[in-house]
Amino acid sequence: MLRFDQVMLQQGTHVLAADFAVDEPGITAVVGPSGAGKSTLLSAIAGFLTPAKGRVMWGDLDLNPLGPGERPVSVVFQDNNLFPHLDARRNVALGVAPNLRLSPEDMGRVDAVLDRVGLAGKEARKPAALSGGEQSRVALARVLVRDRPLVLLDEPFAALGPALKAEMLDLARETLAAEGKTVLLVTHDPDDARRVAERTILVAEGRAHPPVQTASLLDNPPPALAAYLT
Amino acid sequence: MRKHPIIAAGLLAATPALADLPVLTVYTYDSFTSDWGPGPAVEAAFEETCGCDLQFVGAGDGAALLARVRLEGARTEADIVLGLDTNLTAAAAETGLFTAHGQDASGLDLPVAWEDETFLPFDWGYFAFVHDKEALPTPPTSLRALADSDVSILIQDPRSSTPGLGLLMWVQAAYGDEAGEIWAGLSDNIVTVTKGWSEAYGLFLEGEADMVLSYTTSPAYHLIAEEDPSKAAAPFEEGHYMQIEVAGKLAGTDQPELADQFMAFMISEAFQSVIPTTNWMYPAVIPEGGLPEGFDTLIQPETALVIPAEDAPAVRDAALETWLGALSQ
Amino acid sequence: MTRALAGGGLAAAFVVALTLGPLVVVALWAEAGSGLGAGDWAAIRFTLWQALLSALFSVALAIPVARALARRTFPGRGLLVLLLGAPFIVPVIVAVLGLLAVFGRTGLVSQTLGALGMDPLSIYGLHGVVLAHVFFNLPLATRLILQGWLAIPSERFRLAATLGMGPVDVFRQLEWPMLRAVVPGVAMLIFLICTTSFAVALTLGGGPRATTIELAIYQAFLFEFDLGKAAVLATIQFAVTGAAAALAAWVAVPAVMGAGLDRPVQRWDAARGAARAIDAAWIGLAALFLLVPLSMIVLRGVPQLAGLPPQVFEAAGRSVVVAVLSACLVLVLALPLASAAQALRGARPMAATVVESVGYLSIAASPLVIGTGLFIVLFPIANPATLALPITIAVNAAMSLPFALRAILPELGAVEAQYGRTADALGMRGWARLRWLILPRLRRPLGFAAGLAAALSMGDLGVIALFANSENATLPLQLYQLMAAYRTNDAAGAALLLLGLSLVLFWAIDRGGRVNAAV
Repeated sequence: MLRFDQVMLQQGTHVLAADFAVDEPGITAVVGPSGAGKSTLLSAIAGFLTPAKGRVMWGDLDLNPLGPGERPVSVVFQDNNLFPHLDARRNVALGVAPNLRLSPEDMGRVDAVLDRVGLAGKEARKPAALSGGEQSRVALARVLVRDRPLVLLDEPFAALGPALKAEMLDLARETLAAEGKTVLLVTHDPDDARRVAERTILVAEGRAHPPVQTASLLDNPPPALAAYLT
Repeated sequence: MRKHPIIAAGLLAATPALADLPVLTVYTYDSFTSDWGPGPAVEAAFEETCGCDLQFVGAGDGAALLARVRLEGARTEADIVLGLDTNLTAAAAETGLFTAHGQDASGLDLPVAWEDETFLPFDWGYFAFVHDKEALPTPPTSLRALADSDVSILIQDPRSSTPGLGLLMWVQAAYGDEAGEIWAGLSDNIVTVTKGWSEAYGLFLEGEADMVLSYTTSPAYHLIAEEDPSKAAAPFEEGHYMQIEVAGKLAGTDQPELADQFMAFMISEAFQSVIPTTNWMYPAVIPEGGLPEGFDTLIQPETALVIPAEDAPAVRDAALETWLGALSQ
Repeated sequence: MTRALAGGGLAAAFVVALTLGPLVVVALWAEAGSGLGAGDWAAIRFTLWQALLSALFSVALAIPVARALARRTFPGRGLLVLLLGAPFIVPVIVAVLGLLAVFGRTGLVSQTLGALGMDPLSIYGLHGVVLAHVFFNLPLATRLILQGWLAIPSERFRLAATLGMGPVDVFRQLEWPMLRAVVPGVAMLIFLICTTSFAVALTLGGGPRATTIELAIYQAFLFEFDLGKAAVLATIQFAVTGAAAALAAWVAVPAVMGAGLDRPVQRWDAARGAARAIDAAWIGLAALFLLVPLSMIVLRGVPQLAGLPPQVFEAAGRSVVVAVLSACLVLVLALPLASAAQALRGARPMAATVVESVGYLSIAASPLVIGTGLFIVLFPIANPATLALPITIAVNAAMSLPFALRAILPELGAVEAQYGRTADALGMRGWARLRWLILPRLRRPLGFAAGLAAALSMGDLGVIALFANSENATLPLQLYQLMAAYRTNDAAGAALLLLGLSLVLFWAIDRGGRVNAAV
């Protein structure tokens, strides 16, 4: 369970308040106008930003004192998820061991995951030789082998076309949500939220609101969201 | 550029010739014509009497001066070249660009007889190693003693500097075939070899070495201009090599009378009295009032060494080989 | 396109005329020169060896300094980055005096050693030459490598942090690939700069063992009056640097200026105490090494400033005018060259490389040969003294052109890649494109290039003695004349004036490009 305990986040002059919990596993969407602080919220979970006030908790674990690598968290960014000089297999293997010292078993696991995300036969390609969708699959595969309970997706598929994006979202749901992970998906597209997220967090007007049912939020949007949706 | 015609014009317009006055062009080395050299006083004094416009053109040092005249050849604008020395006069004469100076040289106060018909001396000096009397109370008394000592020295590169070449000739004149031996002995005394006199002397004043190759007259500057009596030149038993600085008249001058007039002026009182405290050398003719106070404190070498101008080029080339060989070990 | 090519062609012709032209003239004018002696070959070997060592040491020291600057924030960091750049634009003669005040026989280091009962340091010799070259080029190397660090996308460092990578893994996966791409080009550039160094080797070299090619040219010209040999040596210098430059093109020299050096990289692997201490030590040592010699110049010069003779200030004014005009000329040359190279890049990459290479020619040019060649050509036409300042402006501009091109070309490439097609679609060509797209987008690199050119021009002794004329002496020449007249105190004041003006010019012009620059 992810919990924001009276958290106050400050980045420059922007301030964001959060005081809520995400109790259930599965995908929770994070929506709101640009600049409202969606990525700021994720930064605080990932450990890139220390809260000015309050605590971010995972179960009974206080995340604040932990460095980014020590947290039970995996992240996929919009760009630059892959190292251009490493092939797909090594990029995924980084999720097992950041020094790339892998046992044969681990390598087998990496290849199995690559197979699962549909990249069998493309393990030895470097990112430049992969399509945008395939690059996203590599990033997803890394999250899978890394096997951390909390996954943050920061508009990871925004650069893909609609059909490809839908395909990737489905893949994320089939793999991540099916394994019982808690997934936070930042998106600016309400259709993404409708497609894969049961619940949605609205970030607007300096506040991250507690998650509510996606359908009810989008069907009866509060004024701040309505202005953004139209 | 178009918006700033004034700047552009200012850059392009050199010193405009004064209208209607005949122009006498004298090529010389930079430090002669600099604001702190003899140039300005000499120019003012000559222009008072000549009814002409005297224009000095600075062209680097003595060697660059000769190179420039060679490049220009017979088309040169120069009427007079002032600032060559006896190491360069043979090469200069060989160009055939110079003509007889036509002056009576019998009144010159040089330690050696002057017989050159083409080039006329205007000042002279002895090369010497200068030191600080407090830091080095008992300097070596000869080149050989210096070579045997662990006294540190700064010298100039003979390939780019007049004093540097002077030291080469000094060692050669004093030791002949043994010059290589002396240089080998000196090599561990040499802190560094600089491009020109200024760098070496500057380093010496900053305390980088015990002694610097300069002139016997250098202490006079510190004494007269700075009231600092601490510097001295060390007298060497072998004698001191002389630098005699000369001027020559170009055969192709378009102002032959003015040029003759300048050559005569050059060994006259007005020119010669300026030399000691601007060029810090001995005047070729002792002024009527004698040398400035302070010059009497300078050392007077007993032996004046000089390699005849006609032998200089051959000696020079051989000496450079010796020098390079000894110091490149 | 055609107009860009025509402009580039004109600029290229001008640069060739200033660099290769004089060499050809000298070679033609000369009677058959004597062959190269053993001394000349020794000079060639020494030149390459000292340049190689200088490049290696500069880069090796720049890497930890750049790394420390890349991952630390502290008050005054921006000012420090600016000041660390100072040695590169300081006139050689001034810098050497400053270095001696620290590393000389009576310098700070030797005095400290003496107090501890040890022998004074000797700065003279190969190590002194290399030390001085590192002093000049460490800032350039640091700046270029720092850009490499800052060019690593920040998400990569975040990703590395979430993956739990330690400093070793971050080095292997992020920093090593960057260094492998950036460092060879930086080393090559510094190697090139050091091959034509002259004054440093001649003051700190310690003797004829430290003869560089440029000094051998000097000897051939002034001592032997063997213009043929001077031309041969100058050709060898071109060949050596040309070969190195070809290598440099192959290993891709990075841009001289990147964006936003005032922004550090956020790092999570380097938060530990040890890394912090190491970084602080590197930054501190670099600052000491680079700034103390400059401070000595300031301390030595300040008391003399008030008493400087008026001629020094006149010379300073002249130098500023020369520097500013030279900076303008650099832009007039660099923009068309860069545009032509950019326009040709797609269709005719070979031609683009040729155009670009022309801009780098001057790195290999011997100032002495340039001066002599121009003199031979111009003397029959005009009085050389009247041309002294215009020629100084032109040659100084040519000398800083390589740095200007390195600053402008990559940024121009980025602008064309990003907005070129939009501009094409809108029919923006020629002047309209220059006025409304290129110039506004390139303000920062143009300001940087012009500032650098002005500062380098301030310190340059200009074309050698042949054109010099004490009536319109520049400040460096005046500085030498003060030294030649025993006036070392005034010279110290003039050196400070020169240092100050160089820095202020660079700062002011560079800033002019930044203020209100399009974001």
